[in-house]
Amino acid sequence: MENTDIEQRIKKIVAEQLGVNEADVKNESSFVNDLGADSLDTVELVMALEEEFECEIPDEQAEKINTVQEAIDYVNQHTSH
Amino acid sequence: MLDTQIALVTGASRGIGQAIALELGKQGAIVIGTSTTSDGAEHISQYLKEASLKGKGLAMNVNDLAQINNAIETTRKEFGEISILVNNAGITRDNLLARMKDEEWDEIMETNLKSIFYLSRAVLRAMMKARSGRIINISSVVGVTGNPGQTNYAAAKAGIIGFSKSLAREVGSRNITINCVAPGFIETDMTRSLSAEQQQNLIQHIPLGRLGQPADIAAAVAFLASPAASYITGTTLHINGGMYMD
Repeated sequence: MENTDIEQRIKKIVAEQLGVNEADVKNESSFVNDLGADSLDTVELVMALEEEFECEIPDEQAEKINTVQEAIDYVNQHTSH
Repeated sequence: MLDTQIALVTGASRGIGQAIALELGKQGAIVIGTSTTSDGAEHISQYLKEASLKGKGLAMNVNDLAQINNAIETTRKEFGEISILVNNAGITRDNLLARMKDEEWDEIMETNLKSIFYLSRAVLRAMMKARSGRIINISSVVGVTGNPGQTNYAAAKAGIIGFSKSLAREVGSRNITINCVAPGFIETDMTRSLSAEQQQNLIQHIPLGRLGQPADIAAAVAFLASPAASYITGTTLHINGGMYMD
């Protein structure tokens, strides 16, 4: 699967989960600082990513996923998509 | 009133749990009642059927995470996601603290308190996704007033109230409400084990002059599960004939 596809899927999830416009979801966007996520939103986001990519993201890894790009990198490195 | 809702009630084979399961069923919910034994589960299925209500009994130990996940998965496949959770299962292991054994303490904490953590966490994901849900935890007047011989039980029942307030704050933004019902002395097997003298003594401290009925608790739970209670969260409803007033 192409990386751009993963990027699209993640951006779609982020937009849905945080109730923002997909166009506003940039690679460098921070969930909390740019997209207005609170702590529960970020937990839900991680759960949604786990579901979409059928993987389990441990807490200590999840804490490091703060931006869209970090989510993309994590999925690229840790799943078979 | 609760049509299309799916309610899980733990400890539903008798007493307060049975009354809650029947009342939620009457209000239109599909009711999954749990019991530690398969006989208990069978009994739940039976009484629901006799009352022409939707749902069934499941054998599940509230201390066992694998069994909990299994029961939720079974429910999901057969009926859908749980939208109302009633944590009712509870036991007593009374003893004066000076003589209380480790096991008596631990069993109460596992069954009466840790189970609530396990079950709430297990249903929360689906409720968060649905942006709605009700969790109703059965505490006890003893958790608020204390009672000699019940340090373990009172600690767990007070713990339930603190748990509920914290979770209510965590998930309020997801339109999930968490409340407690704190029964006073209700006529069940649990209170029937008290001597006549103890019962008389108790009644003297109840302004309404009698023990409560399981249906009194069930009515409060059904209210908290209903749309009428949608703006109530983090509270404890005391149903005790006036023996303790908040």
